[in-house]
Amino acid sequence: MIEIRDVTKSYGSNAVVDRVSMTLPTGGLTSIIGPNGAGKSTLLSIVSRLMPMDGGQVLVDGLDVSHTAGEVLARRLSIMRQDNHITARLSVRDLVAFGRYPYSKGRLTAGDVEHIERSIAYVGLKVFEHRFLDELSGGQRQRAFIAMVLCQDTDYMLFDEPLNNLDMKHAVETMKLLRRLADDFAKTVVVVLHDINFASAYSDRIVAMRDGRLAFEGTPKDMIEPSRLQAIFDVDCRVHAVGDTRLVNYFE
Amino acid sequence: MKSLLIAVPVILLLAVVSVLTGVGSLASGLDGDGRGWLLIVESRVPRTLALMLAGTGLAVAGTIMQMLARNRFVEPSTAGTAESAALGMLVTMIFAPTLPVAGKMAVAALTALAGTALFLKILRQIPLRSVLMVPLVGIMLGGVISAVTTFIAYRYDMMQSMGAWMSGDFSGVLRGRYELLWIAFALTLIAYVTAARFTVIGMGEDIARNVGLDYNKVVTLGLCIVSMVTATVVATVGMVPFLGLIVPNVISLVVGDNLRRTLPLIAATGAGLVLACDIVGRMIIAPYEIPVGTVMGVIGSVVFLYLLLSRRAHAG
Repeated sequence: MIEIRDVTKSYGSNAVVDRVSMTLPTGGLTSIIGPNGAGKSTLLSIVSRLMPMDGGQVLVDGLDVSHTAGEVLARRLSIMRQDNHITARLSVRDLVAFGRYPYSKGRLTAGDVEHIERSIAYVGLKVFEHRFLDELSGGQRQRAFIAMVLCQDTDYMLFDEPLNNLDMKHAVETMKLLRRLADDFAKTVVVVLHDINFASAYSDRIVAMRDGRLAFEGTPKDMIEPSRLQAIFDVDCRVHAVGDTRLVNYFE
Repeated sequence: MKSLLIAVPVILLLAVVSVLTGVGSLASGLDGDGRGWLLIVESRVPRTLALMLAGTGLAVAGTIMQMLARNRFVEPSTAGTAESAALGMLVTMIFAPTLPVAGKMAVAALTALAGTALFLKILRQIPLRSVLMVPLVGIMLGGVISAVTTFIAYRYDMMQSMGAWMSGDFSGVLRGRYELLWIAFALTLIAYVTAARFTVIGMGEDIARNVGLDYNKVVTLGLCIVSMVTATVVATVGMVPFLGLIVPNVISLVVGDNLRRTLPLIAATGAGLVLACDIVGRMIIAPYEIPVGTVMGVIGSVVFLYLLLSRRAHAG
């Protein structure tokens, strides 16, 4: 369980995250949605201790992220950020192998190698495993980073806009993969998403943020509803039920 | 590892050539009065060892610097490190001229550390740093520090010493005058043992923290290694510019940046390149010499320009 209590982050007088409190229960896939600048990515960075908070507290399984040793937390929670520009020139396999760093500190055991093999196969990069990252397309690189997080094999996995740079096919595959992590491996997956329809179709829970605050939270059924979407995004839209899924038409 | 199997024999060959190259004749002395042996033991072997140790240290220091700054064009002579070390040397020469070289070197290591830390701090203040901005900032910072040093050196009539620190020259290396460079080698070994951490640092602060690395601790360790290596080299033989730039970039292009794998190759190539440059410097205008720093400067600037223009260096 991730408990977020009164978390605040400001730049000058501008609160990017403003006294946000929520609980993310163990298991399932939670999407965080909201307009640009709502504080979604900042919140995710704070929860994963990449960014210090100005006030409040985040507990992951009872561990305070501000005071827990980095390597302890790294075996429980992992995050994939959106802009992964890395200076080191690494092959896909090397990159994924560093997902095992919290366990192996760079000296891989047979168990680590198994994790690496499985993660690479899982994202379909087996053929490219010896290519350098700078020789891959944007989508392939994105999947390599996802494989690295998979390889870290933590109970909590956070993804900041993982669908960036991905075409339709890979976006769907990535969301299915995240879904499988929750369903087959009992991981707790938290995803910042911009595409409201992906959020609707794949989430167990949706959390909406606006102006640094928690606006709404609920099941896709509660959340995907014209008046709420209007309140979150300031956009008129229509919602159609297709089978069990609610799809949002905001194009017209 | 395969490339290392090629590199090591090449270096050994270069080392033998280095021992055999010079003005003094070895042939007459080996079986006669022993003066040939004296030449080898007192001058040629120390010089060859010094070349290899300095080359190894600077190439590894350059690699670590690039991971810390997350930029391919950074090395001790484009980040203010070498200039800061020279300033430290100058200060000890003025205020504590009787301090042994090891003491002077320690002070130089501290100033180098301060200068490099300042450089990294400035980088953090530039939010949207372009790839080329980073070395420019470093070169400008080095220029400022160097200007201060020059002014003081000019006032105290010590311009010559300054020249010796900033331009690598191995012609003065004798037994008893280069041994501090083994410190640089020890630091290289530490860098190798901790190599995986520096690779993770090169993946950026977010990824490093995500896998549980204590980012600040590793950056501090890296800064210490870079500063001390630079200070030992500046204090003993003088800075060899560009070495820490060329070697890591070339190795990165060929075999990548997984440092646990590539660092031995980087170290070996660094040693080989300095040996080669020094041998060239000894041969071109024999019986006179061109300092290795000058030879490396010529080769280095060409390679640097090539790297800049081709942008094959995949900088962050």
